[in-house]
Formats: sequence, C-alpha cells, structure tokens
Amino acid sequence: MATTKKEPVIINGAGPLNAPLGGLLTWVDQRFPMMSLWKEHLSEYYAPKNFNFWYYFGSLAMVILVLQIVTGIFLTMHYKPSATEAFASVEYIMREVPGGWLIRYMHSTGASAFFIVVYLHMFRGLLYGSYRAPRELIWIFGMVIYLALMAEAFFGYLLPWGQMSYWGAQVIINLFDALPLIGPPLSEWIRGDFVVGDATLNRFFAFHVIAIPLALLGLVALHIGALHEVGSNNPDGVEIKEIKDANGHPVDGIPFHPYYTVKDSLGVAVFAAVFCLILFFAPEMGGYFLEYNNFIPADPLKTPPHIAPVWYFTPYYSILRAVTEDFMKWLALGVAAYAALVVFTSRGCLSKIIAVMVAPVLIFLMKGPSFTLFGIIFPIEPKVWGVVLMGVATLIFFLMPWLDKSPVKSIRYKGMLSRWALTIFVMVFLVLGYLGTLTVTDGRTLISQVCTIIYFAFFLLMPWYTQMEKTHPVPSRVTM
Amino acid sequence: MAEQQPDKSRRCMLVAASTVAGGVAVGAAGVPFVASMLPSERAKAAGAPVEADISKLAPGERMTVEWRGKPVWIVRRTPEMLDSVRKNDDKVSDPASKKVMQPKYATNEMRSIKPEYLVLVGICTHLGCSPVEKFEAKAEAFAADWKGGFFCPCHGSLFDLAGRVYKNRPAPDNLIVPPHKYLSDGRILIGVDESEKGA
Repeated sequence: MATTKKEPVIINGAGPLNAPLGGLLTWVDQRFPMMSLWKEHLSEYYAPKNFNFWYYFGSLAMVILVLQIVTGIFLTMHYKPSATEAFASVEYIMREVPGGWLIRYMHSTGASAFFIVVYLHMFRGLLYGSYRAPRELIWIFGMVIYLALMAEAFFGYLLPWGQMSYWGAQVIINLFDALPLIGPPLSEWIRGDFVVGDATLNRFFAFHVIAIPLALLGLVALHIGALHEVGSNNPDGVEIKEIKDANGHPVDGIPFHPYYTVKDSLGVAVFAAVFCLILFFAPEMGGYFLEYNNFIPADPLKTPPHIAPVWYFTPYYSILRAVTEDFMKWLALGVAAYAALVVFTSRGCLSKIIAVMVAPVLIFLMKGPSFTLFGIIFPIEPKVWGVVLMGVATLIFFLMPWLDKSPVKSIRYKGMLSRWALTIFVMVFLVLGYLGTLTVTDGRTLISQVCTIIYFAFFLLMPWYTQMEKTHPVPSRVTM
Repeated sequence: MAEQQPDKSRRCMLVAASTVAGGVAVGAAGVPFVASMLPSERAKAAGAPVEADISKLAPGERMTVEWRGKPVWIVRRTPEMLDSVRKNDDKVSDPASKKVMQPKYATNEMRSIKPEYLVLVGICTHLGCSPVEKFEAKAEAFAADWKGGFFCPCHGSLFDLAGRVYKNRPAPDNLIVPPHKYLSDGRILIGVDESEKGA
C-alpha cells in the first residue's frame, strides 16, 4: 500500500463545475495513475521546440488509426464474410445502408491516407536520423507497425471479393508457394483450401477485424512508450536533454500539451480538409485507391487483363517483377562485388569473415543450382529470389540504425553524398512504385532492375558514404 | 523458526522443469489452432472430376471448364498452331517437357493425348494468375516475333501453344496438363487418368 496520499487535483479557473469536477478527478487519481500518466505523456513531456512540417505525420497516423477502427466497426455491422455474399453486401452498404457509402469511402480512402501519412512519417525519420541511437527501438517498433499495416491492408483488400481482391490475394499467397519444400503446404494452410475461396475470405476477415488491429494498438503503445522514454528527436538531431534549466527541464523543450497538441490540431484540420476533398470528389482516385476491376465480382476462372496491387505495395511489387533469369547473374555479381568491398575496405574483422563465408553460399544458391546435384534436389528458381528480394526490400529498413555511421544525425549537417543518396532513393522508390502499376514490357523491366539495384545500394553502401563525406558542425542548441 | 536459505540448484531445476513442461503444454495447445486452418474435409472433397463436351469446339478456339476451382482450358489447335509449336523449341526453356508438369501420356511433342486438343490448367506457374490467350501470330508489345500462345498479364510470362514457358520469364515451369481421358471423340473427363476408371 502506498503510504502517501496524493495531492488533490485542482482545476484552475472559477467555473461553477470546477470544484465538483476536481473532486471527482481527485477520487479517480487516488485509485488510478491518471495525473501521473497525463503529466508523463502530455503536460510534462518535453518535446524539442523546433518541430517543423514533417512532425505532423505521427499524430496524423494515430488519428487515421482511430478513423479506420471506428469506420471499420460500422462496416462490420453490414458486411458478410462469405464468398457468395461478400461482394453483394459491400454494394448493399454502398447503395442501401443509410450513409453506408460515406462510411465505406472513409474506410477505403483512410487506408490510402494511412499509407501516405506513414510513408511521410518514415521519410521524416530518414531525413533527421530519428532511427539513430538511442532511438533504435522506436524505429524497430515503427517498422513492425509498417509491416502489420501492410498485412492489415492486404487482408482487408480481399474482403470486397472483387476481381482485384481475388487475384491480388491469389498472387500474394502464391508467393509463399515459391518457397522450396514448405511452400505448397504453407500456402494451402494460409488459404484453407486449394484455391482462394470461402475459407480464405473468412479467415482474412478475422485477421483484418480483430487479430491485426489488436496487434497494431499494442505496437503503437510500444512505439510511443519507447519514444517517451528517450525523448523526441528533432530536425537538428540535437539531444535536448543534454542542456537543462534550473527545474531540470530541457532548455530547448516545450511541454507537448498545450504546445504540440495545439499545433497538431492544426495539422488534423488541414488533413481533414484534404481528406474530405478526396472523399467526396475522388474516392477512387482514378483507380489508384479503389481499382476499377474491383467493381467486378471475383471470377476464379478469369484474371483481369491488367492486375496490379494498390499503389502502396507497388514499389515492392516492381522489385518482385524485376527478378528474371537474366537479372540473376547481375544479382550474383552484385553480391560478389559487395563482398569484395567489405573484405578490402571494412575495418571490422567479423564483417570480413561473414562476407567471405556468406557471399559464396549466396552466389552458389543464385547461380549454381541449375547445373549441380544440389539444385536438382533443392531447386531455387528465379521466382523464389523475386520473393526473397521483395521481402528483403521491406525488412532492410530495420537495419537503418546500424547502417548509418555518420557522426551526425540530421540531413542538415550531413554531407552531399548522404543528401544525394536520399534524394535518389526517394526518386527510385517513386519510379518503382509507378512501374508497379503498369504492365510489363522489356524496357520497363530493365528500368525496374536498375532501380532495384539502386534501392539496395542506398542501404548497403550507407556505412561507406556516411563515413566518407565531410559533415557540417552540429550546434549545441536547436536552431529555429 | 530458523531462517532457511533457498536451495539455488533446486530452485533452478524447478524453474527449468516447469518452463519445459509449460512450454510443451502451450505448444501442444497451439496444435489444434494451427490445424484448424488447414483445408477442411469439405474443401478436400470438392475435387471431383468434371466432364467437358468438346464436340462443338471450333478449330483455333478455346473453351474453359472449372476443375477444383481452377480454370482448365481446352484448345483445339489448327495445323498452323501445331507448326508454331514445332518452330518454338529454341525459345522455350523446357522444350522436351522433361520436368513432370504433365501426365506420362502427355509427355510428348505436343503435350497432349491427341495433338489437336490441348488440355491445360490455366494457372500461371509463376504466381497463379490466369494467362490470357494471344493466339494470333503477330508482333506484340511483349514479344516482337510472337508466334501465338498465352500471355500472363500479371508478370509477363509467355507460354506457347503447347503451354511451354518462354525462356527468361518469371514463370519457372510449363503450364500443368491435368490428368484427363477421352470418354468418346467429343467428350473428355478432367481429373482422372487414362488408365483409371471414370468417377
């Protein structure tokens, strides 16, 4: 039992209800850590005073999460997760449920908005080195949120049971089919059938409405818990906790509430205005947010003439498609060159040993199997490498805290190499994303192969270019 | 009462034993949940053979029937189409159909029982899309010297008129020829081998 009785909660001002309300809050606070939570995370959480435009997107992501959960609950009241009824029940929501079209469009537009906001939020992290020590765990939790969000979006996209839903799920589940040995039983287990069918739809519904949202909420709590433990980074990459005033508060920090709650409210208002414009005037966004083919009921016998995932998956989809037989030799060459780079220029002994041991195995797996006994027993086809490369492309973000070896955090004080690298990476990401929405031609495949190599070079060469360049001196205090 | 010191090694043993026993119990409890996601008995039973009437299929045309939830194509190939297959050996990655993607009785030049009729599962061996027919031999965006066949819209895999995959495309294997047999000249049964009795 706590021996000290907590101070009563006093509400400032002279409102007639302040005294009884204060009494109520005091009663609660003596039974629940209300005021200490409020102080720790809002009124006495000191955030750097120099947050700029890029710092809107974290709170916006939370707003959209709430929007998706609320609209999702109401959609669940009318939706039927069965292969025979799903498509019709979505059209029922759109046409006959009062306001159903609005709730559904809020949910579908919200999904794309979520990814836009999350991509901008991640870009902020890349800009200002928010993944660097001591914030590695914030970044890792954030990346897990990103992966969970992709799973959530993927499961959700099957639910309308349109042509794109069906064939998109078919393609993604078949990615697992490509894995040697365990692939076919694994994909059957995921589908619950030999083809995408009623069983698949029903379980995707379960994942979409309960499993992943629960995980997401827990992950968001971890993400913010880790953030509030170490404190926010800022555009200068300066640790504000190093210079404190007489009260022990960072000199360059301001309480999150009211300063940033007010600032973020403005962000929410502007976001809401843009969101409503899209919601009311272009909810399909020309086929990018809701694809035209998804207004045709799922037909297991006929693939639409052009299938592409929703825009937020297209960069990875392009990487998947870039891996052809011809590309494999370039990939093997790239691995060899990278291993040579590590061996000849790395200072660490361990990394050299790893490079010498791993590279030959990788190259053998990439090029060897076709003409050895090993390859006959354990075939790894180019499509497996496409899947592997796509997986690595999403997972490689996890390594950011250890790949960036620059003495400074923020792009403001990094040299030209880092600036160009990030600029080119963003361009390549956008090009891959655009190509992923188009059909395949030889020319486009070549471009996406070049872009795939640049994509990985951005990460893998980071330990070198962040150390080679001349950085600018970092101020001790934040700049406005 | 005398103060008792905890017996460290005994405590360690108990912690280890209960961790192992608890871990086994949790693992075992997970089995029914994982198993519940496997194909159900109903899903397994849905794989009955289907019969197709091919008597009205015109030369150069394709029909589609559903077998185990998948599209099965039957193409009646013209002599020109058969010629295009013969000329295509250098373009495809497994011209002799060495890899078992077809029953024994279809492991031949035309990958079929009767050269005229091609029976294929219309699912791309890459990621499971259903390729579209591009039977006409003419320059296409995906191949300038196209001799006719199937084009997968998802990832650009190409197959010739025997379902053989083109080299250097994402799909690794030829299209699958399902087990099938002729009941009469105009009727085939898909899902049953020649040697087996019809279902």
